[in-house]
Formats: sequence, structure tokens, C-alpha cells
Amino acid sequence: MNIVVCVKQVPDTATERRLRPGEGTLDRATPDGLINELDEYAIEEGLRIAEAHEGEVTILSMGPAKAAESIRKALSMGADKAIHVVDDGLAGSDALATSYAIAQVLEETGFDLVITGSESTDARMGVLAAMLAERLGVPQLTLASKVDIDGTRITVRRVSDEGFDEVEASLPAVVSVMEKINEPRYPSFKGIMAAKKKPVRTLSLADAGIDADQVGLAASATEVVDFAARPPRQAGVIVKDEGDGGTKAAAFLTERKFI
Amino acid sequence: MINYQLAPEQEELRQTVAAFARDVVAPVIGGFYEREEFPYEIVARMGKLGLFGLPFPEEYGGMGGDYFALCVALEELARVDSSVAVTLEAAVSLGAMPIYRFGSEEQRRRWLPDLCAGERLAGFGLTEPGGGSDIPGGMRTTARLVKEDGKGEWVVNGTKAFITNSGTSITSLVTVLAITGEKGEEKEISSIVIPNGTGGFIIGQRYSKVGWCASDTRELSFTDCRVPEGNLLGERGRGYAQFLHILDEGRVAIAALATGLAQGCVDECLRYATEREAFGKRLEQHQAIQFKIADMAARAHVARLTWYDAAARLLAGQPVKKEAAIAKLVASNAAMDNARDATQIFGGYGFMNEFPVGRFYRDAKVLEIGEGTSEVQRLLIARQLGLRP
Repeated sequence: MNIVVCVKQVPDTATERRLRPGEGTLDRATPDGLINELDEYAIEEGLRIAEAHEGEVTILSMGPAKAAESIRKALSMGADKAIHVVDDGLAGSDALATSYAIAQVLEETGFDLVITGSESTDARMGVLAAMLAERLGVPQLTLASKVDIDGTRITVRRVSDEGFDEVEASLPAVVSVMEKINEPRYPSFKGIMAAKKKPVRTLSLADAGIDADQVGLAASATEVVDFAARPPRQAGVIVKDEGDGGTKAAAFLTERKFI
Repeated sequence: MINYQLAPEQEELRQTVAAFARDVVAPVIGGFYEREEFPYEIVARMGKLGLFGLPFPEEYGGMGGDYFALCVALEELARVDSSVAVTLEAAVSLGAMPIYRFGSEEQRRRWLPDLCAGERLAGFGLTEPGGGSDIPGGMRTTARLVKEDGKGEWVVNGTKAFITNSGTSITSLVTVLAITGEKGEEKEISSIVIPNGTGGFIIGQRYSKVGWCASDTRELSFTDCRVPEGNLLGERGRGYAQFLHILDEGRVAIAALATGLAQGCVDECLRYATEREAFGKRLEQHQAIQFKIADMAARAHVARLTWYDAAARLLAGQPVKKEAAIAKLVASNAAMDNARDATQIFGGYGFMNEFPVGRFYRDAKVLEIGEGTSEVQRLLIARQLGLRP
């Protein structure tokens, strides 16, 4: 089974993140780039499915040269090979443009199953899996908290507001997985050493057959009109308990529609 | 020129172990420490991560790394907790390493794969109630070779003290140093592998220790304990030379562990100093605190450089006796000094077991004692400098 896991390098959520003035795009020059945490669940799920169904896992990542570190880590965890789409022309691509570029690559490589994290921790759009499925003309099974594969049947538990739905489709398909669907493994030292020898294909726009006019900041359908720093946090409200603390706390929460 | 940068794969290993220590060890280890309980599940996960096989070749189930990689892992574990770090250190550098270094091909294939996987642990029985560094003078344990019907057996009698990893439910064997004869005036010392469960091999109760409370340390006694002649490790009479070699390496590992503790003190204080307020200011705004933490960071840095240097020499096959002793001396001092300063910065909370710095304080002391006291390190350094008694 040919499994492709989409991986994005994002700035460490523990560090301060900035938007670039003018473009309103994320400044990706921060020193600490990490694998999007939610993609780690996608990698782990891909590896588990590959182990159970004799599959091969390819990591597909679009991002600047620095993203190679995250690709290497995904390979250390056990993926077999990787494709890195890197081109200055991609900078500033929104979700729609990104889905076009990734779909182009997937059309070329072929796939039985594409797995993504449910969203990235930087832009948090959470739409890529759906867009990919639409562009590729295959079923989308998003927000999965459990994935089962039997031959070409794929069944997932799709998390909903009320609980979960059982959703079934036939492969090839695109799945996005939720946090805590599994426990991502740590790369072993053997995995780290082996990753150095695993093939990583680097593709430019031209290599991947991606139309330069459909990607990048200029081709993006969304535009950041304005942004401002979050105002400093206000001091909290101290409610003095004069025997009616519970009532006051409840009123506070009700007013803000928490309860 | 000298370059103290870790290679990319070492750096990736460091980050992986750091994440493991933070996510898997840190949240639960305090409870194990308090209950003086061996953390089997954490050890199993360290095994899955491949830590126990780090310096061994893949053909024996190892990770194909080296001693430097092991030390990188030890430092990162000890930044969070020393009990799990010393469990790894003793299992690899004292338990499995003698079998790899001195064992026959058959012995390696028999015992190493389980040890490399972390599914089994091995101990190393050198110290006795009557002496540790005073070997062979203080050694009493004997092994007598008896032959019956052409079949040889070692009959071991004696007691070993402070043996790490010797009494866990996954301990498979202990390599014991014993007197196997006399060559003129001198005792002949050899290493003999004693599998767990051998008749006459009695594992004592766990010690009640000041620190390293989530690690397993016991007294072992042997009463007419019989093992096959083939359990001799390496050449007969080479036990003394073997353990000198093992301890030179082990000192580098302990230095890395001590560096981790020293750095862990810095980490904890950096966090606390920005959160805690006193006299209307954050702790970090008090220069007395700043200077203390600066000194702590300097000690951890120097300690790290000494073990990097010793480990690099070890890997290059260069003489390392002096540098290993210096690394152990410097790093254990740094650990002790930093633990004292860190608990001081934490004030009353530093005296509470539930705070990591309290554990660091209790764990630091043994670093000046185990695998050769600081005095023994000074002795070794002095001898390497050519000073004679």
C-alpha cells in the first residue's frame, strides 16, 4: 500500500511568533522549526497502517529549505522516503494554493492513502485534507479518531460535536487524523542513523509540474488585510466571597456564555 | 581546531531523549522516587527507544552507535532524573559492556540481545562490604574451579555490596569479580557471569538510600553458588585489568550524568527565577540570584566540556585515564555545587521532595562516591601526572 503523509514544518508554539509586516504572512525565519505536532499523529498512523498492511510511507512536505530538518525527523521515525517541494515561488501560498501544489505532486506520485494532521498549529485552517480530496476526486474522511483498513475498505471514526460518526469509503482516499488517535513514537538512534540514507526527492515548481501562476502570495485567494498585536492581558476580576461566591462565579460564567 | 558541536545525528538523539525525559519521565518520576519503586514501564519505554543498545553493534541487537551517544542520552535523562539515568548507565556500561568487551562470541550472542533491547538488565559485582576502590586488597569473594566427570564448575562464595540493577524482576545476570587463585603473592582475579536464579545466589533487600531512590541497588550473597566453567568472562586472571578498563569508561558516563544533573539545576532555577517574586520583584531581578545562576551555568558548561573531551578521546582510542578522572571529578563537583545552590534559590520549596531540585540535592552526593570517590579520582590524576606515593 502506497501511503503518503503530508507534513508541515511550523514554528515552535513555545516561542514568540510574528507576522511579516506588509504581507501579513508568518515569519518562518524563526530559529525553531518543528514538525506540526498534529502531523506526528499522521506519521504514526501511516507507519502503523504500513506495518499492518505491508505498505510504504512517503513523507510529502512543502516548505522552505529549513523544512528538510522536519522531513529528516519523520524519516527517523520510520517513514521510507520523502518528497520536499521547495521553491521561492511557493512563499505566501494560502490553503487553496497549497492544496493545488500538493495535489499536483500526489497526482504524479500516485497513492492509496493520503494522511494529514487535522490542522497545522500555525495557520490552523484545518481544510487541507478536504481540499486535497476534492482536487484529487477521492473520498475525504476527516477528523478521524480511529482508522481501520480492510482490503480497499477504509472505516474511520469521525469526531463530531455530539460524539462520533462511523464513516466508510473505498481507497484511494484522504484521511485527516485527530490529536491522540495514537501515541507517536520517538525516533530510535538506529532510525536516526538510517534516515541519513533514505531518499529525499527535492522538487521545484517546474519539476513538479506546478503552474507558478496558481501558487504564492499573489495567487492566494485569501488576503490578510490588517493585523494587530494581541492587546496585553487584562487583570482578572477578583470576586470576594461573602457567602454568595458560588452564585457570583456562576453569574460571571453565564454572562460570558461559558455555561 | 577543536569543535565541540554535536554531529547532526547526536543532536537529533539529544533532542529525542530530551523530549522523552520531559514527556515520559518528568510527570511521574517523583511518585516512583517517593515510593522507592523501580519504574519498570519507563525502563521498558527506554528499551523501545533503543537506549540500552546505543553503543553496541546491530548484530547483537544494538543501535550501532557509540559511547558518546550513550553519554549524550545520559546527560539528557539526568537533566530530569538521575534514577532512570543511573539505571541506564549501570545497565549499559557496567552490565552489558563487560560481556561485549570480554565475552566470547557465544556469550555475546547469548546475553547481549535481551540486554540491548532493555528487556533484561545486568549488574556488575565489584564492590564488597569490605572495600570498593581497595581492590584487590579488600576483596574476599572467591570462585573455585571444581571438575567432576570432566565437567568443570565455578563454586562462588562471598558478598557483593551496592550492586545496581541486581534485583529487579528483569535482571538476568550479574558479572562478579572473584578471587580464582593466587599467583605468588598476588591474588588472581577473574570475572564470572552468574545468571539470576542460580542456586546459592541470594539477592538481598533493597537498600534504603539517600538518593537515586527509584533505582535498584542491593547486596548480593553467594553460598556455594555453582555456574558452568564456560561462564568465565574473558581470560582467567584478567578480571582486575578488565574492571579498570570498564571503570575508565564508566567515569565518563558518570561525568555525563553529573553534567545532566548540574544542567537540570540551571533549568529549574531559570524557570523559578522568572516566576517567583520576593521583596516586590521577580527573583531574576535580584542580582544575588543572577550571579548564583550564572555560576551554576558556568559549572555545567565546564563539566560538559570535560566529558565531551574524555568521550572523544575514548572514541579515538587515545589514553583517557587522566581525562576521565578529571571529567568525573569536575562534573560531580558541579552537580553537588549546583544542587546546593538550586535548593537555596528555591528556599523552603527546595527542601521538599516534590520539587525536582530537592531530588537533585539528594541524588548529587553519590556522584562524588560511586565509580571511584573524588579522592580516588585525584589519586588517578596525580599518578598520571607522574606523582608517586
